[in-house]
Amino acid sequence: MAYVAVRGGQDAIKKSIELLSLYKTRGSVNIELEALKNRMSLLIDKIMSEAGLISEDYAAIALKQSEGSPEEAVFLLRAYRTTLSRNYYSLPIDCEEMFLLRRISSAFKNVTGGQYLGPTYDYTHRLLNFNLKDDKADDITLDDIQEQVEELKAGRVTDLLREEGLIEEKEDDSEPLDITQFPINFKAPRSARLQTLTRAESGYINGLAYAGIRGFGSCHPTIGELRTGYIKVKIQHPIYKEENIIVGEFLATEVESLFSEELENDEKDPLKIMQQGKGDKADTSKNSLTLGIGYGLVLGRNDNKAISMSILDYVLETEGDSILQDEEFVLLHGDCLEMNGFISHLKLPHYVTFQSKLDRVRFSKKERE
Amino acid sequence: MDNNYNFAFLDETAKRSIRRAILKAVAIPGYQVPFGSRELPIGRGWGTGGLQITLSIIGPKDILKVIDQGSDDSVNAVSIREFIKECTDVETTEDTEKATLIQTRHRIPEEKLKKDQILVLQVPLPEPLRIVEEREAITKKMHAEMDYAPMWLALYENIVRVGEIEIAADYPVMVEDRYIMNPSPIPRYDNNKLNMSENLYLFGAGREKKIYAVPPYTKIESLSFEDYPFRVEDMSGKSCFLCGAENVYMDEFFDDKTGEKLFQCSDSDYCKKLRLNNSKYELGGSLE
Repeated sequence: MAYVAVRGGQDAIKKSIELLSLYKTRGSVNIELEALKNRMSLLIDKIMSEAGLISEDYAAIALKQSEGSPEEAVFLLRAYRTTLSRNYYSLPIDCEEMFLLRRISSAFKNVTGGQYLGPTYDYTHRLLNFNLKDDKADDITLDDIQEQVEELKAGRVTDLLREEGLIEEKEDDSEPLDITQFPINFKAPRSARLQTLTRAESGYINGLAYAGIRGFGSCHPTIGELRTGYIKVKIQHPIYKEENIIVGEFLATEVESLFSEELENDEKDPLKIMQQGKGDKADTSKNSLTLGIGYGLVLGRNDNKAISMSILDYVLETEGDSILQDEEFVLLHGDCLEMNGFISHLKLPHYVTFQSKLDRVRFSKKERE
Repeated sequence: MDNNYNFAFLDETAKRSIRRAILKAVAIPGYQVPFGSRELPIGRGWGTGGLQITLSIIGPKDILKVIDQGSDDSVNAVSIREFIKECTDVETTEDTEKATLIQTRHRIPEEKLKKDQILVLQVPLPEPLRIVEEREAITKKMHAEMDYAPMWLALYENIVRVGEIEIAADYPVMVEDRYIMNPSPIPRYDNNKLNMSENLYLFGAGREKKIYAVPPYTKIESLSFEDYPFRVEDMSGKSCFLCGAENVYMDEFFDDKTGEKLFQCSDSDYCKKLRLNNSKYELGGSLE
C-alpha cells in the first residue's frame, strides 16, 4: 500500500503492523522463550546490559517480539523499565566477593588465586560446524562435563601492585550520580561516566576503544585482571538499619586495565620550563612514571565490552586533544535508544523543513545567475 | 587432517599473493608491504598476520614451533599450533633448535637462531610513526621521504619530560639506516637479536594488512641518542627460580602460597633444556 503524505497514514500503519506480525511468525517452527533464554544467552546478556535491566525472561520476550533485533529488544525493555519505580539503591558491591566463572590476567603469568578460562570462545577455532545443520546435533548432553560448582573467590591482581605503590589512586567517595534519574552535566563525575559506558551499545564502545588503542588516542592497556562471575546485590534493611538483605544476584564481567602514565607536575614540567627559555637541561625535576587504572564492569558475559569500557574510562580521565578525551563526544553518542532513535527519525516526513531548505538553495542559485 | 580444507587452510592463490608480499618485504628490509589480508578462524588481532605468513610458506616437511610470551604452553600458542597441525599435519616441536619454522608472539627465543630457520612474528601495530601521526596516508609519505624528524622530536621530548624514552616493548629500530620499524611487542631485551642475525625474520600484521621483514645480516639499531643510549630491561641480580639462569629475559610473578615475588625464564624451552642438560647454549643477539 502506497504511503502518501500525512493523510491516510493511519490505515498504512495498521497494514504495516499486520505485515510485521506475518514476518515475525514465518515458518512452521516456533521459538520457545526457554530456548531463547538459554541458547542465546550472550545475546540476552548484551540486551540486558544495554537496557540496564536485569531479567533474562523479559529480555527473551523482547527478543522474540522484535525478530531478534537487539536494538528493538533494548527499546522494549527500556520502555518497560521506565514504568518501574526505583525503590532502593543497593549497597556498594565489592567484586572481590564475586563467585568466579572466569578469571584471567594478561599482566602476570601466575596470580594468587589462580587463573580460570571458564566458558570462552577465545581459543576455539571459528570453523563453521556443519553438524549443526541437523538440529538434533546439539541436543547431546555432555555427562562428563560439569559446570563448576565450588564457590570460588579471589582477591584483586592489582592489589599486589598497589602494595608496591605503583598505582596512582584517584580517591572519589562522592555519592554516585544516577543517570537514569538525573541529567549529566559536563564535566561529568566518574560515576556518571561509568554508568553511561556500561549501558552503552557494545559495538559503539568497542569501536571507540579500538580507535584509542590503534592510534586515535594512543593508549596501551594491559589487562591486569578480567573476571566474570555472580555478584550478590544487597540493600539496607528498611527498618533494621544495621541489617542487610540480599535481593538478588547477577552475572557480570569486570576488568581493570593498567596504563603507564606520567605523574603530572605542572610547575616543574621540564619541557614547559625549557619552553619558557629557562635553561636547556632541566634534569633535576623530572616527571615520574606511574600506573593508571581504567575500570570496566558490564552485565553478563561480555569481555570485550568490559575491556573497552575500561579503556574509555581511563582515556576520559586524561586530558588532551584526542577525540576520545572529549567526554561529550564519547558519552553522548553511545546510548542504544538515543542513537537509533535519532537515526531512525530521519525516516519521518520532513516535508516542511525540506521545503524551506529548497527555498534557500533555489534562492542562492538565482542570486548567482 | 581436516580434508574439507586446503593444505594449510588458505587457498593457493591467497598463499601465492602473500608469498609475493613476503619477497618484496625481504627485498626492502623494514618497509611495510601492504597485502590482501584474509580472514582466518582465529580472532583478528590474535596473530592472524603471523599465521597467514606461516600458512603461506609452510611445507609438509617443515617442523613447526609456536610460542606466545616465550612459552609453547601458553593458551594462544596451543590454539594456533593445534590449528596449523590440523590443516597441515606437519611435525611440531618445542625444541627451538629443531624447528624450521617458528611462529611467535612477544618474544624471540633465547637460543641463537640459525640460517635455515625462519621466525615469524605476530604484529599488532606495524606503524612506528603512529605515536606521532594518526593518519596512514601521512605516515606512508613520511617513510617515503624519510621524514623522521617528528619521531626523533617525540623521543627527545620524552627524555626531557621523564628522563628516559618511555617506550617499553615494541621499541622502534632503524633498519639499514633507512626505515624505522616496529619490531613487534618483543621486550627491548630482544631487539639486539635482530641485528646481523643468521636467520630470516618475517613480520605479519593481519588486521593492519602489512608484511615486513628483516633478512639475515641486516643492520638493526634501536633508536637512541648519543648521550641517551638504548637500554634493555634490567635483569641484573635476578635468576630463574627453576633453572637458575641469569642474563635471560624473565617474567615476575607472585607465589600462590607465600605471596613472594619470583622470577622465571620467559623462554620455557630454554629453561627446560638448562634443567635437563645443564649445558651452555649460545644465546642470540650481538651487541656489536
